[in-house]
Amino acid sequence: MRQIVFLVPLVLFLLLAGTIGWFMVESESEDRDTQALPSVLIDRPAPDFDLPPLAGIVPGLARADLGGKPALVNFFASWCLPCQAEHPLLMGLAAEGGIAIYGVNYKDPEADARGWLGKLGNPYERIGVDADGRTAIEWGVYGVPETFVIDAEGVVRYRHVGPILERDLQRRIRPLLAEFGG
Amino acid sequence: MRTQPANRGLAALAMLVMLVMVGLATPAGAVLPDEVLADPALEARARSIGQELRCLVCQNQSIDESDAPLARDLRILVRERLTAGDTNPEILAFVTARYGDFVLLEPPFKPKTWLLWLAPAAILLLGAFAVLAMARRRGGRGEPDPLTPEERARVDALLAERRGEEPAP
Repeated sequence: MRQIVFLVPLVLFLLLAGTIGWFMVESESEDRDTQALPSVLIDRPAPDFDLPPLAGIVPGLARADLGGKPALVNFFASWCLPCQAEHPLLMGLAAEGGIAIYGVNYKDPEADARGWLGKLGNPYERIGVDADGRTAIEWGVYGVPETFVIDAEGVVRYRHVGPILERDLQRRIRPLLAEFGG
Repeated sequence: MRTQPANRGLAALAMLVMLVMVGLATPAGAVLPDEVLADPALEARARSIGQELRCLVCQNQSIDESDAPLARDLRILVRERLTAGDTNPEILAFVTARYGDFVLLEPPFKPKTWLLWLAPAAILLLGAFAVLAMARRRGGRGEPDPLTPEERARVDALLAERRGEEPAP
């Protein structure tokens, strides 16, 4: 009995060390980004908003445009380098067709946004201009780029924080789109 | 060098002005002058709300302390809602509905966070019980067993031997 009592601290230490070790390994794994915050919007209808267009490119974006088919809502800005990094991926997805890619241009001078899209191409079917960032707050966005996967009912199903990489597309976004697209 | 009385008066005045100004200064945080509300009572509420909300860009500062553009947007939003007549809990609920509980620097007390809030008290209680149990076990041992006749005889012999060794007075 005595000897068992002396083992208690050792067992507690091993438990603690094990937990810390597990979290360290887990945070290194590719599927889990410990910096990314969960979105409260998941499995809820997309929030209400109505944004004007970038004149002369594509129509603006409003809540009423969501639903009917699965869509990506991508918050971007020309001053945002990670947005530029994910841009070719969005271009590729747009070329495939089948899903709608909508853009929300976040706090960007219109001329800059227009120049950026002119240079890199426009993957967006619609673009809403969120000049004061209020729509981004409605969506709980805390930095660009962020991308939301919306199902055909207009319900938010997934949020990706940061640039979409090829593996994010293959592991998360494509399977979700396939599931909601039918 | 002697200080002239006039100079001394001036120095005292300067000291007084400095002390008053230091006393009036409050931690400014990152709130910019153009954000500050005209009504001091509303502004004070805005500050206290701002200190409860996490800046999600920096994550370890409140929006009141952060220079991040999003923190500024949220500070302005908080002030707009205050001016519109919202209560403090209504404003916190508004922000939580968009950014989740993580935006609150003090996590709320609800089933999901019971472990977080109650674990320290539970561990303290557990420790108290352990200490109590140990003390009781030690106390429960009580008086040592009385000596057997043989032991008594041996002790007496040893004591007698020691007494014998002492030099006679």
